[in-house]
Amino acid sequence: MDTIAEIPKTEYLLKCTSACAGCSDSLALRYVLKAAGPDTVLVVPACCTSVIQGIYPNTAFNIPVYNIAFGAAAACASGMSNAFRAAGKKTNVIVYAGDGGTLDIGIQAMSGAFERGTDFVYICYDNEAYGNTGMQRSGATPLGARTTTTPAGKTDFKKDIDAIIAAHDPPYMATAASAYPQDLFKKVQKALTFRGPSFIHVLAPCPPGWRFSTEKTVEMGKLAVKTGMWVLYEREYGNLTISAQSKAAMKKALPLEEYLAPQGRFKGIDPKTVEILRQRIAKNFAKLAAEEAGS
Amino acid sequence: MKKIATGNKAVAEAVKQVSPDVIAAYPITPQTEVVEQIAEFVSGGELKSRYIAVESEHSAMAACIGASVTGARTFTATSSHGLLYMHEMTNWAAGARLPVVMANINRSLGPGWNIWAEHTDALQERDTGWLQVYVSTVQEAYDTTLMAFRIAEHNDVLLPVMVNLDGFLLSHIMQSLDTVEVGDFIPPLSLPHAIDVKNPAGYGGLTGPDQQFRFRWDIERSMRDSTRIIEETEKDFAIRFGRKYGFTENYQCEDAEVIIVAMGTLGKEAEVAVDLLRKENIKAGSMRLRWLRPFPRLDIKGKQVVVIDRDYSFGRGGILAMEIMAQTKEDLFSVIAGIGGQEVTFEDIADFVRQRKMGTEFWFGVASHV
Repeated sequence: MDTIAEIPKTEYLLKCTSACAGCSDSLALRYVLKAAGPDTVLVVPACCTSVIQGIYPNTAFNIPVYNIAFGAAAACASGMSNAFRAAGKKTNVIVYAGDGGTLDIGIQAMSGAFERGTDFVYICYDNEAYGNTGMQRSGATPLGARTTTTPAGKTDFKKDIDAIIAAHDPPYMATAASAYPQDLFKKVQKALTFRGPSFIHVLAPCPPGWRFSTEKTVEMGKLAVKTGMWVLYEREYGNLTISAQSKAAMKKALPLEEYLAPQGRFKGIDPKTVEILRQRIAKNFAKLAAEEAGS
Repeated sequence: MKKIATGNKAVAEAVKQVSPDVIAAYPITPQTEVVEQIAEFVSGGELKSRYIAVESEHSAMAACIGASVTGARTFTATSSHGLLYMHEMTNWAAGARLPVVMANINRSLGPGWNIWAEHTDALQERDTGWLQVYVSTVQEAYDTTLMAFRIAEHNDVLLPVMVNLDGFLLSHIMQSLDTVEVGDFIPPLSLPHAIDVKNPAGYGGLTGPDQQFRFRWDIERSMRDSTRIIEETEKDFAIRFGRKYGFTENYQCEDAEVIIVAMGTLGKEAEVAVDLLRKENIKAGSMRLRWLRPFPRLDIKGKQVVVIDRDYSFGRGGILAMEIMAQTKEDLFSVIAGIGGQEVTFEDIADFVRQRKMGTEFWFGVASHV
């Protein structure tokens, strides 16, 4: 699949969601559902996706969606997957959770579900804060970013959830971005071919939360990859393959400022903090390149 | 088939008989024997359930919810802090109208670390929309667990059921147990709102102020209907298997002037106290409450009532006493006894009756009437 035209035309995310303008959570979800097809149940903890479905009795999602409490998505999916398999059904069970429900309050249930080899795909769409409640910091908020609970900029690093997931040794895990729908589509399809748990971490730029104008959602995702703030890769049975877009960035990255400057959340960021971010990008590139070479 | 079993094993035997599709549980004293026995049944192939050894009670209930909404029969067991840890999810199970069955082995709450019997754990779940039943013997634990599945899964109920056993005093006590073949006493589960990918629906999404109360009222309507389903189920159970229970188990209540109301093993101990008191020409009776939710109308008009609470609501009183006060104008003698496994004998219970001061509260072991 090389062009967007090859992606199925069937829509499972219908019009009239209550998402914000320029929402990349729903953009990513549109392709996730296209990749998964109709024999799929989505398990959604409290997050933006709980809101964008619409208000009862309406729903903009044309597949079954089970909404569950914040910290419980992976456990709920675990029960669901076991029940489907016990009944001889192959129905895809996909958790679609935000970064708060994944890195923070949901991490215990997720770790348990991965350790138990649950047959499901866990997708974390990461807008790097609690978007649904008005942009409070989460474990996924990057260093230096202003949120409503870090008004002077976050002083801690983004939690490396991918390393934590990798430590569970799932058959398949990948990173993706809503800005690269073909890549995301292929990774979701691939994840669904594995028995056991898969993880996909999707960068989902958020116009109101990151404070950039709504037409720049896709551009912001691409800039994240091109500057190295986000790296696209996949790990199949532990073997790392860095995706083409990030390979290009590793050869020659765009200046970090091109990603930071359009975002209000980084306004007035201390040059020393920018330097630390730059060093971490270089370190991350080196680490991944070494891992890929050894894979 | 006659055998000897603990309360915990009786629950596991009942679960084996009912054969849930999915069991998700986390161990906690004094419930552990339930999940160990179930794990053994599953590993030995005697029980075909999927057993999910989750990493917490919160996840145990979440997994039961996820499984149940596909139309699967589900079971879990817990106790004390485990029950409190799943509190968010117990609300969810009831709100989502899922017939999860759970055994709760009643245990005190920390601090301090106390693993002995107390009802405060389950009573803190009182308002979640779960049906709650308290049992007093090994046989009753078995029979009631069987009935719990039929009641929970009845399409006029579709609410979860919690079967409560006193920690150690019942969970670890050996008594005789007569197991049965349930046959069609428990029909296959047919969940009307089970997930169907061919007919997609959203579950538990945003619900506005113009709708939420409808769902709450619907729970209450089913809770009221459950009274009839409990009666029907207990009646059918008695016909098929010869053992009869009811909302309360009444002992010598007809001509009694004073009635002891208690739950669980204390209610059974009270029957021995009644025998003792009758020898002293005190016209006592015992009304052991089995079903706390839905709460039955108690036949106590014109009687003096001594309520024994193995629980407490700070700043208000014994929880069972409050429940009874809400439906009678009679003065009660409210006794708080058995907290954290405090030993309470039939002689102590007879003393409560002999020394009753109506309209007051008495903490056993603390030397003052309030």
